[in-house]
Amino acid sequence: MPLQSSPHTQDRMPVSRLMQWVLLATLPGALALFVFFGWGVLINLLLCAGFALAFEALILWLRDRPIKATLLDYSALVTAVLLGLSLPPLLPWWMTILGIGFAIVFAKHLFGGLGFNPFNPAMVGYVLLLISFPAQMTAWLPPQSLAANPASLWETLHFIFTGSGPAGETIEQIRAGLDGFTMATPLDHFKTNQGLGFRTEEILDSPVYGGLAGVGWQWVNLGFLAGGLLLAFKKIISWRISLAMLIGITVMAALLWGVDTDAFASPLLHLLSGATMLGAFFIATDPITAATTRKGRWIFGLGIGALTILIRTFGGYPDAVAFAVLLFNMAVPTIDYYTRPRVYGHQKSGHKKAGHKKFGEKS
Amino acid sequence: MGFVIAISALVALALVFGALLGYAAIRFKVHGDPVVDQIDAVLPQTQCGQCGYPGCRPYAEAIAKGDAINKCPPGGEAGIKALADLLGRKVVPLDEEREEKPARVAYIREPECIGCTKCIQACPVDAIVGAPKLMHTVITSECTGCDLCVEPCPVDCIDMLEIPVSQQTWKWPAPDGERLIPVRTITGADPDAA
Amino acid sequence: MPPDAIRLHEFPGGVHPPEHKSESSETPIAALPLPELLSLPLTARSGPTTPLVEVGETVRKGQLIAEGKGAISVHLHAPTSGTVEGIRELPLPHPSGLTGPCLLLRADGEETWEKLPPLDWRTEARQILLDRIQDAGIAGLGGASFPSHIKLAITAPVDTLIINAAECEPYITCDDRLMRERAAEIIEGTVIAKTVLGCERVILGIEDNKPAAIDAMREAIDTAEVTVEIAVVPTKYPSGGEKQLIQILTGQEVPSGKLPVDMGIVMQNVGTLYAIKRAIVDGEPLISRVVTVTGEAIDRPGNYEVLLGTPFSHLLEETGAGTYSQLIMGGPMMGFELEDPAMPVIKATNCLLAPAPGELPRQGVELPCIRCGACANVCPASLLPQQLYWFARAGEFDKAEEHRLMDCIECGACAYVCPSDIPLVHYYRYAKSEIRTRFLDRLKADHAKERFDARNQRLERLKQERKERHKKAQEARLKQARDKGELDEKKASIEAALKRVEAKKARQQDPASPAPGADKES
Repeated sequence: MPLQSSPHTQDRMPVSRLMQWVLLATLPGALALFVFFGWGVLINLLLCAGFALAFEALILWLRDRPIKATLLDYSALVTAVLLGLSLPPLLPWWMTILGIGFAIVFAKHLFGGLGFNPFNPAMVGYVLLLISFPAQMTAWLPPQSLAANPASLWETLHFIFTGSGPAGETIEQIRAGLDGFTMATPLDHFKTNQGLGFRTEEILDSPVYGGLAGVGWQWVNLGFLAGGLLLAFKKIISWRISLAMLIGITVMAALLWGVDTDAFASPLLHLLSGATMLGAFFIATDPITAATTRKGRWIFGLGIGALTILIRTFGGYPDAVAFAVLLFNMAVPTIDYYTRPRVYGHQKSGHKKAGHKKFGEKS
Repeated sequence: MGFVIAISALVALALVFGALLGYAAIRFKVHGDPVVDQIDAVLPQTQCGQCGYPGCRPYAEAIAKGDAINKCPPGGEAGIKALADLLGRKVVPLDEEREEKPARVAYIREPECIGCTKCIQACPVDAIVGAPKLMHTVITSECTGCDLCVEPCPVDCIDMLEIPVSQQTWKWPAPDGERLIPVRTITGADPDAA
Repeated sequence: MPPDAIRLHEFPGGVHPPEHKSESSETPIAALPLPELLSLPLTARSGPTTPLVEVGETVRKGQLIAEGKGAISVHLHAPTSGTVEGIRELPLPHPSGLTGPCLLLRADGEETWEKLPPLDWRTEARQILLDRIQDAGIAGLGGASFPSHIKLAITAPVDTLIINAAECEPYITCDDRLMRERAAEIIEGTVIAKTVLGCERVILGIEDNKPAAIDAMREAIDTAEVTVEIAVVPTKYPSGGEKQLIQILTGQEVPSGKLPVDMGIVMQNVGTLYAIKRAIVDGEPLISRVVTVTGEAIDRPGNYEVLLGTPFSHLLEETGAGTYSQLIMGGPMMGFELEDPAMPVIKATNCLLAPAPGELPRQGVELPCIRCGACANVCPASLLPQQLYWFARAGEFDKAEEHRLMDCIECGACAYVCPSDIPLVHYYRYAKSEIRTRFLDRLKADHAKERFDARNQRLERLKQERKERHKKAQEARLKQARDKGELDEKKASIEAALKRVEAKKARQQDPASPAPGADKES
């Protein structure tokens, strides 16, 4: 038997169990999405999950790696679910497959597979789709309660797989609200009207808003918040990253809002709209692509939060969590390097070269 | 007119950067050839000559001039990697004509020694003591295991002994690890192929 | 009641593995039947010893049989009376499983003692006491086996002696049991150590999962009327690590690359203090120690007074061992697997763990690191284990060093919690031994280069001197010749000779061209 080092015992939650918990924790948010946006959410999830596993198996086979054991780590499913939850409900099927394929093959396996990818695969897939097909990727449906023609399962399937409804309806008809106008997401609506010169108050008059933030979206976000708190409580994710990201969003949004309440959205709207909670608890906290040091995690989360607001406000796209996360994924090695904790018996933290002595060197 | 502006802009840029580079080349010129010293510091200093040069320093100079970095058996794989890191070259396996041997020391079978002093003259680090017509012996702690004394001995009384591993020198082996890249061992070329 | 008001500090990280202490801690320390054959390793981690007895010689119990000659090696005494049967290469209890010379002693069952004369530590000089500790072959019984006479002989000012009674490793209870049963002797050993060190303060650091031992020690302290501060520390692995216990008790950290003594602190394990008392007051050298034999495979787990050199197989037989999955010397967190049950008990053996199959969760197949940071959360040294792992794996030892690999205490907390089942400590040990070897190789290379350069310089100097001598001799000859007026004649004759030589050379170098005067071949 080969030599084994101590310890000879362990007590850990295996990777597969961690991933299962993450999947479980997406349920409240996913359910809210399903309730407000219909069958498309479910179909996206199924498409993503099925093809994620297929792509993963294919590339594992090509790489001559154990297929069954790796599929059972559930990491591909987590990527699939996170991407599936981010896609608009009536997205054409082939775009979904393209997105998940890119996420699994390029963002994950070309970097070496689980543990080696510098970027969050789901967000890479999402951003690929977003910049390739901006129209389709921002074509969210109105919440079912506001929709003039909520899509049935049959209509949804027809749209996803043929691009039009069973009776030849266009996607614009399905997207129409009760008032007959095409409806956008709360963030999209805000951005468009802000660009048109409306004041915040006037914009928020739209039926898209109601309650704390956007109709439907607030519940989706609260759902993801609930699941995320469960993960944080179970210590499966780092609460520091989530909290830091929410603080980053709140502070940056409050700053802008404080400057001009007429021109900018309130922190609350930002917190409960778009992918905020999904991002804070499920995307930014992906350990593989996040900072690993305690201080680094604060910086990482704060940065993503602040950047999300800046891009949402001044960038070209209505939401920005994906961009902010990817940009900070890139910064992770640097953040980690400069936030090394002070090691026992050393005066200064690791990055200060002064203390670094090679083995055997005399002081 | 537009293209004139474009071209002159490019020319101006080229001039500016060229001047900058030229200045940097003069201002930050590295004097001497510290790279030879650095290479020499990486080489194991056995002075064994297995690389084909008379000692480590000459080989360091040769490497600096472009010779291969895989000619030093005592340095082994670790040495090649260190040289590759230092020089930004590719890690290559040890030259096929040479083989990496475990650490050894010379041992003189003393009853057979005739006291010819030939090994003493061959030893690059003065690790053999003795006098003409008197028995010689190796100072084990100084011996680098370079082999150079074996050849000159007229009575073949020098053995190269492997240094046994003790609890003090034993090393933890590398863990098996999770295999990233599947490895297949290919032994020789298929004679039926081609 | 002595003031218990010592302010405790916390070290970062740590884990709480299942303790499994009650299996072995509830029965008194028992003696084992004498084994027939003892095997006493002559090399230890601290260095080799030279045997002082001949094969076939009869030795008495406690007789010095091998002398530690190295700077940090300790003497070895016969654990029982008997005959020296031989010296043989046998596998030693060490992770490497390497063999080493072992002195085989066949017990005669007589147990005839040869004790040293008892000393009165109150009156004897410090050096006498230190010499006795050395003569008794006492090494640290906590596991590191560092010679006690060196640890106590320091001349630097020491203000605090810390008694390490934390015993944080799961399963192990030998110190616990020793304190419950022999507290007075431990305290006497403590006072001796305190006297030798000349320090003011003594702190007993003990985990709060040993209430009976705490009571026993408190009573012994009160009886002996000495001042020992008792610090009951919360149970958390690895609070018994030297650096961690110092941090808990003083809030200070041992600077990297330094020793506790540099901060005026000396730490001794309770077992060592007990052995010191036995050596000085009773004149008994270190020939046995308390060993915890435990694990589900053991029918009668408990603590046993075991003679050094007793084969582990003897312990297993006498305690009724069933099927075990592996044999571990030490605890599950830092112990190592024994390849061969025939290996002997040594001074560092505090525990023999024989878990039943499935008792200890074994690490599964190594999966990729997902950088979850669980390891960093439990690291008591505040390292970034996942980074160290990447560097060790990639062979980037420089970077591993820069990330303070050498400050890792190998406690195993990181691997204990790793969700990917990565044998992190194995990676660190591998990287550390590579770094050490490379450092030693470098030293050797530098030394060789120095000698090579010196030799070249010497050869060059000799050459110059020879040249110089020749030149001088030639000049002397020339001068002589000139004086005699034969110079021109001589010069002419030399030139003629040179010409002849050159012509001859030309002929030899070009055999194809016929020598002058030779017949042409047709």
